[in-house]
Order: sequence, then C-alpha cells, then structure tokens
Amino acid sequence: MSAVAGRRTPRPVSIASFAQARNVRRDDEHNEVEMLMPVVAEVFGTIGITKDDIDFICSGSTDYLIGGPFSFVTALDAVGVWPPKSESHVEMDGAWALYEAWVLLQEGEIDAALVYCFGRSSPGNLNEILALQLDPYYVAPLWPDPVSLAALQARALIDAGKATEADFAAIASRSRRDALDNPKAQVANDIPAEKLLEDEYIVSPLRRHALPPITDGVAAIVLAAGDKARQWSKPVWITGLDHRIETHSLGARDLTSSPSTARAAEGAGVSDGPIDVAEIHAPFAHQEIILKEALGLDETVVVNPSGGPLAANPLMSAGLIRIGEAATRISSGRAHRAVAHATSGPCLQQNLVCVLEGE
Amino acid sequence: MAERCAVIGVGQTHHKAKRDDVSIAGLVREAAKMALADADLTWTDIDAVVIGKAPDMFEGNMMPELYLAPALGAVGKPMFRVHTAGSVGGSTALVAAHLISSGIHKRVLTVAYEKQSDSDAMWALSVPQPFAAPLLAGAGGYFAPHIRAYMRRSGAPEYIGRMVAVKDRRNAMRNPYAHLHIADIDMKMVEESMMLWDPLRYLEACPSSDGAAAMVLSSEDALSGQYPPAWIHGMAMRSEPTMFAGRDQVNPRAGRDCSADVYAQAGITDPRRQIDVAEVYVPFSWYEPMWLENLGFCDLGDGWKLTESGATAFDGDIPWNTSGGVLSSNPIGASGMLRFLEVAMQVRGQAGEHQIGGARVALGQAYGGGSQFFSMWVVGSDKP
Repeated sequence: MSAVAGRRTPRPVSIASFAQARNVRRDDEHNEVEMLMPVVAEVFGTIGITKDDIDFICSGSTDYLIGGPFSFVTALDAVGVWPPKSESHVEMDGAWALYEAWVLLQEGEIDAALVYCFGRSSPGNLNEILALQLDPYYVAPLWPDPVSLAALQARALIDAGKATEADFAAIASRSRRDALDNPKAQVANDIPAEKLLEDEYIVSPLRRHALPPITDGVAAIVLAAGDKARQWSKPVWITGLDHRIETHSLGARDLTSSPSTARAAEGAGVSDGPIDVAEIHAPFAHQEIILKEALGLDETVVVNPSGGPLAANPLMSAGLIRIGEAATRISSGRAHRAVAHATSGPCLQQNLVCVLEGE
Repeated sequence: MAERCAVIGVGQTHHKAKRDDVSIAGLVREAAKMALADADLTWTDIDAVVIGKAPDMFEGNMMPELYLAPALGAVGKPMFRVHTAGSVGGSTALVAAHLISSGIHKRVLTVAYEKQSDSDAMWALSVPQPFAAPLLAGAGGYFAPHIRAYMRRSGAPEYIGRMVAVKDRRNAMRNPYAHLHIADIDMKMVEESMMLWDPLRYLEACPSSDGAAAMVLSSEDALSGQYPPAWIHGMAMRSEPTMFAGRDQVNPRAGRDCSADVYAQAGITDPRRQIDVAEVYVPFSWYEPMWLENLGFCDLGDGWKLTESGATAFDGDIPWNTSGGVLSSNPIGASGMLRFLEVAMQVRGQAGEHQIGGARVALGQAYGGGSQFFSMWVVGSDKP
C-alpha cells in the first residue's frame, strides 16, 4: 500500500512464527487434522504462546482436494476453538487467509492472529480436479489439464523470445539444489541443467523437471501487532501487502506477462527499497521468469532459496509457505528486505505480493 | 481505529427453483448491477470485490471466483473468496466491511450466490467421508434431533414450528424477490404436508433456490446512492467445534458470544426493546424460537412463547424475517447475505411492501455448519 500516493501507511504487523509440515508426495497415515495438529503446536510453541493468546483465526483450503464439502470445518479441530473464537475461512491459498487476518489487524482492535492452510493432493487426480477451476460452460467441459495450460504459456514465452528451454532447466536445477538445505523440501537433488535437458517432454515445451511435484503439505503463521510483535519474537514486519486478479479468459491474456503481479507489487511497495530475497510461487519453472519481471527484480536478488514450489508445491499452502520462508530468511539474519508472492488460478491468473522487512 | 462503514447499495435476483435463463455469471451480475445502480455507481467506482458461496460442489466448479472475476468487474482489482459454510453470506459481507473499516478501500462490492439447480445439495452434503458416520440425510436430518431436544427442554407445543412456517411465507408475499409465494398457506396446509425429518414437515423446511445477493459498502467519505446509508454499528463472527462432549448444539455458545460481541459494539443491552427488526437464519421453522433464546430476545425456554404471542410477526413488536426469510428463499451461499441485506434495506427505508415503519436499528444473523459458525451485524439509520 505504501507506494501508492494518497494511500495509508499500514499498521505494522509482524510474522511472529512460521511452521510447515515436511512436504511429501503422499501422506497416507494422517488426515488433514492430524497433519495440522503438530504444525499448529509448533507455530505456537516456538514463541511460547497458546491458542488463548490468539484473537482471530483464518484458514485457507479447497473442498475439491478432499472430495467433500466443508473440509475446513473439521480442520478447525486442529486448533480446538473452545471457548469459541472469531474465525473465518477462505477458499483460497493460505496467503489470502493471511491477507484477511492482516486486514483485521489493521483496525487496531486486535493484536494476534493464527493463519493456517492445508493441501493434501494425493487422494485425487490433480489434472482432473484443477480442470474444474475453469469456465464451467466453455472451457471446463474440454478438461484442459493444468500442465497443458502451463505449456501453452511456456510456448508463448519461448515464441516471444523471452526464454529458452535451457532457462527452464537452469531454474529447476538451481531450485532443487537449493532445496538440499531445506529439510521440509519434497524434491531436492543436484542435477546440472544440461542433464535435465535430456528429460522427455511431459507436454512440450515442458519436460518433467519444469513441473512442480504433487505434494501433501500444511503450514501455519502467527501474525502479531502492537506490543506482542516485540514480546513474541524479533519482528519481521509486513510493510506492504496487495493482491490482484486478471481475466479468466486465457485467450484475452498475454500469458508472457503478469500485469496483476506488477499491480500488486506496486501496491505493496516492492520498489520502495532494495530486495535481498524473493520467494516466488511459480509452480512451473518458466513462471519464475514472468514473475521476476513483473516484480521488477534484478539479477542481484536471491530467488527461492528454499527451493520454491519446484521443490514442494502443496496446493492452498505453497503461497503461505513463500511468506513464511521469506520471513525466516529475515529473522535468521540472512536478508533484510524480502518479497513473497503467491498465485492462484490457471497460468498465474491471480497474484498476491507481500513485502517483508527486518529491523 | 476502525473507520465507519455503511451499506450504500443493495441488489438481489428473483430467487427461483431454476434460473435456467442465466449462467452463473449472469446470475451474480444481475444482483451486482442492481446494487451498483442503487448506489449510483458503476463497475469502475469499485476498489475490490469480495464473493462468497457455500461448497463448490453444489455447482461443480472449483473456486468459481476465478471464472467470475471479469463478470464482476474485478479484473485488475483485488478479488477475495470467502467460504464459512451456511454463514458464508454473512461472513462475506463482514470481510468486505473490514476492507472499509480498516481504511484499505473506499468502496467494496460484495456478492454471494448459489445456483442449486446445477446439482443436488442433498447429495453434495452427504458425500461419505473416511472415518465418519455417513449421514445421507442432508441438513434437515442433521438438525431435526436438535429441534426435538429443544422441544423436550422447553416444553414447546408441536404447532409452534408450523406458526413460523406460516408467518414467514406470509411475509414472503410482500417480497417480490422471494422464491416461494404460497398465497393460501395456513396451519392446516403445513400440518398436512409430508413429514421429512420428524418433527419437520415439508413446509417447515427451506426451499432449494437459485439466487444471488449483492451490496456496495462504502467509507464515510465516499457515500452515494438512492437511499440514506445503513451504518454498520457492530459486526462479529464466532466459531466452535462440531463435536465434543458436553457441547450444547441447541443453544450454542458461539452464537451467544457472537451476539454479545455485536451488541456491545452497537450499545445494545436489551435486544427485544432496542432492535426494531431482525433477519435471522431460520432454514427450518423451529430455529426461530431457538435463535430467539440464543440471541437474548427472551429468557431460556421462552422463545416459543414469543413466537406464539405474535411478537415476531410482521405487526409484532420484534418482526423477524420480514423478507420471508430462508424459509422462503434459499440460495444457500447467498442466504446469509440476504439476511444482512434485508436489514440494511429496512433501516434505509427501501423495503417497500415489507418495510417496517420507523425501523432504525436492525440485526442480521447467519449460521452454518453444525450450528457452529455465526456471523452477525447490527445496522442503523444513525451514524454510529
């Protein structure tokens, strides 16, 4: 918000704590509540608080992963909201749940919020499920799968002269090599880009390495403002937060750019100062190129040191995890100012940008 | 400090069993365009769009806000999707209101809808879940035992539910947008309708509707519109778990806590005296007396006596569900927002045939899940 003339300066809100499950291809042993419980315990435990210290809870998930209505209802048992709590849920990535909680904290009447999210992709077939996100009259009946749509975007990027297949391989190689340092990562390895280019195409021009893994994962963040922000941890301040959406019609979009990300970056004030680290929610390797340009990041910025979504991509959680990972880089002293990004919808239709700063 | 927020435009569709004349996008646009016209605004005046609906499986579209972004003029703007079960229409309005009261935006369009005819809610609510006992009975099957428990506790006579069913359907005759218009409804017709879930008969249950609701919310410095603003005096949400030993599902604590919060914000100490009109989520007739008690309009066990006395009737001292309520129109995702919208219409004086004369303070309530999610607001014609 801070970059836009005439806009208010947001109330400082800190990422007080972040926790995520170890991301895995298939967690057959736990349901969503059981996956969340240790993560919620950890996000409270590391800063020595309990649910009683929390004024508001917001979660993000989608019913279509579990294949039943109201999957968020039982998930609330992971927190145990008794006595009753002020609580809400978005059918969006946890990054947007964080946005709702941040909005409430802006009013200055509450000081602490819990945000959590869960995405267990293994029970279903993501290619079929995500096709149901598309226009139900004209597009979804054709069952276009998300990999094919991403491939259209990657092809457009190559045709526009903005990237090559070698660039995709370089991004994938770097991401999964960085993931070797991330104990929560699902896919971590050290394979040179030249070697990755020997992969078969899944959908041309995307080879296997350019695709995100299918992941079961959950994450949680505690937001704090006022005195609690300093009492609970060394503050990592959210200095800007904005999100924007584009049209749904793929034919009406220039898939090689991300105007909604650029607009959100402007709203969040990304260019108000130098960025050290970016955690970018680019599920497909080529999308990192589009998003880096939209965020206005130069080559000095460290991108996805956690490994990013190419190392673990739990749906409905990978966006919030970007915010948590960026905050962790700041709280551990490895960065001062960071940008985190989350996306939703086919080919980066909707995007959220969060700017974080240490003291 | 929180900024003041007001409703400056309302819109809704004609709710019907099947709106096969419009797509989902057409349905939500119908309500949104009406709300914009009421506010004397156009799409470009809106800063952000907040949309809500009940489970995506009701229509079979995953996260349909993505597809609806262009239809709601949201391209280039923030678009937000809320889902809190049956209370979602109310929660969606509250999330939108917080975008104003936090000072982030000046004008927000909020929309809620359901196109129930695209699928079968009964089926969608009854998908077997791992490790959970299959209910296979829809919402009525879930709530009927709680109603029986209420009747046992309070000693309420059987006919109270039928009275609510008749009263709300008669109110609906005043509302041109209501789904059900049953001109000759009476106690006998309700009593003779089919038993669905004992003690609930067919005419004591809500219909399945296609419909949408929309409101334009504004900050104090961006007011416009055809009618005076409905100022928000208080807003709150509360949730509690579905199941645990000792949970009171008849009179849930989350509902009591939520109303206590919203009354405190609005300066209400005696709801029956201070609230002129209320729209309360009554999908099954007996929820009127149950919520009368939960919302503090009377002492515990006395809710049915208020209903029986006619206090909640259109000409009573606390008219409840003047629009006809959920019993007369039930596009599930929008049902909560319709409660919030109706009370805004009442304090703005734009409710036409169902206007309560002199309404200045009004309560809107929605609930969802297993009587565990609550959202409420109090709106008034005076600036808070």
